[in-house]
Amino acid sequence: MRENNIIQVRNLSASFNGRDILSDVSFDVFEKDITVILGGSGAGKSVLLKHMLGLYEPREGSIHILGHDMAGLEEKDQKQMYLRMGVFYQNGGLLNSLTVGENIALPLEQHTDLNDELISRIVWTKLQLVNLPNAYGLYPSQLSGGMLKRAALARAIVMDPPLLFCDEPGAGLDPISLASLDKLILNLRAQMGISVVIITHEVSSILRIADRIVFIDEGKVIFEGTLNEGLESNVEHVYQFFEKGKL
Amino acid sequence: MRLLEDFDQERLEINLDELGLIDTGGVAALDLLKEKMGNKGFEVDYTGGKEDIRRKMEIFSLDNPMVFEGSRKISFFEKIGEGFERIVRDYMSSFLVLTANVVYWSISDIFKSKRQRKGEFYNQAVLIGVNAIWIVAGLAFIIGLVMALQSSAQLRNFGANIYIVDLTVIAMMSEMGPLITAIVVAGRSGSAIAAEIATMKVTSELDALKTMALQPVRFVVVPKMHGSVITLPFLTIIADIMGILGGMFIAFVSLDITPQVFVNRMAETLYNRDIFIGIIKSLVFAVIIVLTGSFYGLRVKEGAEGVGKVTTTAVVVSITLVMVADSIMGLLFY
Repeated sequence: MRENNIIQVRNLSASFNGRDILSDVSFDVFEKDITVILGGSGAGKSVLLKHMLGLYEPREGSIHILGHDMAGLEEKDQKQMYLRMGVFYQNGGLLNSLTVGENIALPLEQHTDLNDELISRIVWTKLQLVNLPNAYGLYPSQLSGGMLKRAALARAIVMDPPLLFCDEPGAGLDPISLASLDKLILNLRAQMGISVVIITHEVSSILRIADRIVFIDEGKVIFEGTLNEGLESNVEHVYQFFEKGKL
Repeated sequence: MRLLEDFDQERLEINLDELGLIDTGGVAALDLLKEKMGNKGFEVDYTGGKEDIRRKMEIFSLDNPMVFEGSRKISFFEKIGEGFERIVRDYMSSFLVLTANVVYWSISDIFKSKRQRKGEFYNQAVLIGVNAIWIVAGLAFIIGLVMALQSSAQLRNFGANIYIVDLTVIAMMSEMGPLITAIVVAGRSGSAIAAEIATMKVTSELDALKTMALQPVRFVVVPKMHGSVITLPFLTIIADIMGILGGMFIAFVSLDITPQVFVNRMAETLYNRDIFIGIIKSLVFAVIIVLTGSFYGLRVKEGAEGVGKVTTTAVVVSITLVMVADSIMGLLFY
């Protein structure tokens, strides 16, 4: 059993309007791994992510991230925790009233005492890292789907977080853009040594980037293990997911 | 079905041999008949039928009969109780929390200029205040004009022409000016605030702010509050002046009161108190408009449809609250 687990989810249950969305979910995320949480539509993946981000309170169970219980955090500690994690939202989550450069600079402006020149330099570096050097002055509405995702990724890593969460990064992307985004995530992991948690159901993407997978079905974890173990799994849903996804 | 009401045999056999075609509706009707007859204690069977028909019967038949649960009747008093509980739990408590947050951050951020986004206050002041100048000025002029026109005929009958000045000036300064301004701003900016915040919520921008360790209320609502509280009093003063000019025009045209006489009488009639009341009202209205717009924007649940709904509700509720607040202040000040 590996010991460097940076996220521990234990017996997590959640329900909305009396309907159980997650029940007794437990799994680990290990340092510097790319862990993919996968499952069909409506399986409860996004709800799980929102619990991990502290946006929802769990009904039962606990989520420990980087050694802290997310449910019991004081506002000040929660702020410190957020500064150690980057979040890449499905539709980017960039503020439409700000340019890409301003969006990426925002966490630096608000949480550091760096001067404007230094902030601009960091923003340019991150834009370069995501292959988007010419987007600094553009507004999110002026970007294509793929560019928007890369800009959102640049903002998610601007504070050099040790942990990156990605919610359906490939949604709405063509296969070429998706492959390029996957390559980018792999490069970021290699260059920055960050641990990545990705929510997705894109099989091609999972096969390219996952170290470990956590399979959710109807709110329950039905498989947890390495990608290779997943590919050889006898669990019916996992087997079908990969077999049908390859077609 | 009606023909089968008088059915007195124990078993009903439905022969499908002559059936050339069947769709989902047909299968559902046959199944319903079977279920109802079954409930009455009759045995129902299908016989014959082409392979295609039998296959469709199999595909379109429900595995389990549907069970319609009759909804429990709720008494009138229960409805009132539930409604009241929902208002207190869902609306009043979250509105109070939002108000407390906005007031706290609005005051504390005045002293922490570094944490404010550059140019944001200016942007909001332009959007909420400056861009509304022409519509507020035009509307106030027309209201002042109409008000004076309607009164002039009555005043002339009593030979009290000069009182048109008192009527126009006091009504505009302490009542109509702040009210017209607030209604225009609630329609323009209140809706824009609700729509902007609701869209931000729907597109995960608010979640993104939170996970960047930024307070959405502080970041999004507070600049709007600052912009609104600073510009609304100025807009109100513009509305007052334009409304009085409208009244002055009618006084000159309809009652032969020259602008000089009008101004002299205004100096005698108008007290600082009236101006002060107007300004206080405009500040209260500014807070109401921003809080209501933000409150409904943050409450959005569904996607694009939800944004439209909360925007409409925000405008209706903020205008209503402005009217209520105006009445309460009217009672307090006079």
